[in-house]
Amino acid sequence: MSHAISDALVVTKRQWLQLIRVPEVLIFSTIQPVMFVLLFRYVFGGSISTGIPGVDYVQLLMPGIFVQTVAFTLAGTAVGLAEDMQKGLIDRFRSLPISRGAVVFGRALGDGLLNIVVLFVMGLAGFLVGWRPDSGLFKVMLGFIFLLFFGFAMAWIGILIGLSVRSARVANAAVFIAVFPLTFLSNAFAPTTGMPKALQYFAEWNPVSTMVAACRELFGLQNIFGVTANSWPSQNPLEMSLIYMVLLMAIFVPLSIRKYVNVASK
Amino acid sequence: MSSKATTLYTVKSVIAEDLVKTYDGGKVRALDGLTLDVSEGTVLGVLGPNGAGKTTTVRVLTTLLIPDSGRATVAGIDVIKEPEKVREVIGLSGQYAAVDETLTGWDNLIMFGRLYHLSPKAAKQRATELLEQFSLTDAAKRPIRTYSGGMRRRLDLSASLIVKPKILFLDEPTTGLDPRGRQEMWGVIKSLVRGGTTLLLTTQYLEEADQLADDIVVVDHGKVIARGTSDQLKRQVGGERLEIVAAANDLAQVKEIVAKVAGGNVSVDEGIRQVSAPVTTGSKALIEAARQLDDLGIHPLDIGLKRPSLDDVFISLTGHVAEEQKPEDEGEVKARGRRKNRKEKK
Repeated sequence: MSHAISDALVVTKRQWLQLIRVPEVLIFSTIQPVMFVLLFRYVFGGSISTGIPGVDYVQLLMPGIFVQTVAFTLAGTAVGLAEDMQKGLIDRFRSLPISRGAVVFGRALGDGLLNIVVLFVMGLAGFLVGWRPDSGLFKVMLGFIFLLFFGFAMAWIGILIGLSVRSARVANAAVFIAVFPLTFLSNAFAPTTGMPKALQYFAEWNPVSTMVAACRELFGLQNIFGVTANSWPSQNPLEMSLIYMVLLMAIFVPLSIRKYVNVASK
Repeated sequence: MSSKATTLYTVKSVIAEDLVKTYDGGKVRALDGLTLDVSEGTVLGVLGPNGAGKTTTVRVLTTLLIPDSGRATVAGIDVIKEPEKVREVIGLSGQYAAVDETLTGWDNLIMFGRLYHLSPKAAKQRATELLEQFSLTDAAKRPIRTYSGGMRRRLDLSASLIVKPKILFLDEPTTGLDPRGRQEMWGVIKSLVRGGTTLLLTTQYLEEADQLADDIVVVDHGKVIARGTSDQLKRQVGGERLEIVAAANDLAQVKEIVAKVAGGNVSVDEGIRQVSAPVTTGSKALIEAARQLDDLGIHPLDIGLKRPSLDDVFISLTGHVAEEQKPEDEGEVKARGRRKNRKEKK
């Protein structure tokens, strides 16, 4: 058991070494969300009104972009694993006397931890363009921890995709198709009340929406981008998000490990 | 060729019995009842064309793939029932078992050392030793993607030797290397074999099997179609031939002598002015022929005993291969060229 943990940490460390050896990866994975912050803040910020006097669009936007960015963690996970498969590294790992979950757990953890850097840089960019969470240090930190856990949970979907597709390029496309609608059919960037009724229901139960709502709460905002009714997810976004994370892991951790054990790379 | 110690009994390090693995609902039979074994301290060369089932065999024996049926043990451990234990005693390197190209050689060896549960200190020490042993010390701190093909393979091999495996599997260790890289790799493998490593090696190069292996199995369509030492295989295909090349006006006399020495069955190729015949007495026949030629004052341009090459063995065993292999080979070369281009673009 102690080996299982130390094996996983060796794999996580490998990812950090990769970031040191190829720093471009880290640079680009932080530039993109910062770019989103600036684009949404200045392109849409002027035309979307929060409807609350004194509350700027950027206050609502930042939690949305945080969640979107963290959700896209799984793209890096999927692509990285697909590459390892293609190059035969997974075969090498599988021929070693290490615990079966070590490689995938280490990868999920590595990608989850990468979000610390990304969220820090984004938070800084947000602050520069006027984002001011006012719920106190404790709640703000709690919000970020919540985001990190969400990224870790989502990474497991990436692991299953990465181990299931034939190439890194396919992995990238598959992730984009899955995650992009999920982040936009939500309350992340605009009120859901403008959507067709069916989509409103989807958005209401969308884990991205509940995460965004939870973060807004933790950052000291009333979640006014709403949800269609006084439904449970809209009333209890924190609890709902936690349930989603546990559910995600309960489904995708065993599936990923099983896939890893039986995977046949070409 | 490595010398093999003669022992009264042999311990089988690897046994594979009747392995079957099919894909696409049984349409593709990657392994079709493959059986082989490797004696402790020897080198088995698994020789076959692309798609013969060589890599699939290695994948089964190294616990990466579960066969549909059949049985296999490595160091006496069942690969299907106790794969974790097998992984502790094997090393795997080759075509599909790779290293992390973004990391340095040093990073890789430390990572794999730690995954073999060496302490940080022991991992460092072992990495230093291996880099030294494989002449990679100078390149230790460079990312693998800057390595030459030969260096990369050597590092790959060294990563599979971190804990001195009882049995080493090398899957096409020189495929895609240039002649120099191949020579280097052969040198490295030969020195490992001298150290007593039990080795199973797959190759599509006949020369490589001839150079490195004590025993050879020829694999085609997922089955072993022949087995033996390189000498035995050559004999199986046909014995030695006495071949003499002489000046055109001496050919008739040469033919007479060869007929006498070999006892018939002489063939003459006027185009290359060669007279040849199968012989059973080996060098005796050669000396006899040479003496008689000398007595008549004929000095042939070339005289010798020719034993069939492994190429001859292969073609005579599989028949079709000579034709079938070609387009595949071309495909491979093209693919390799493309890979190379991509690297250069980076």
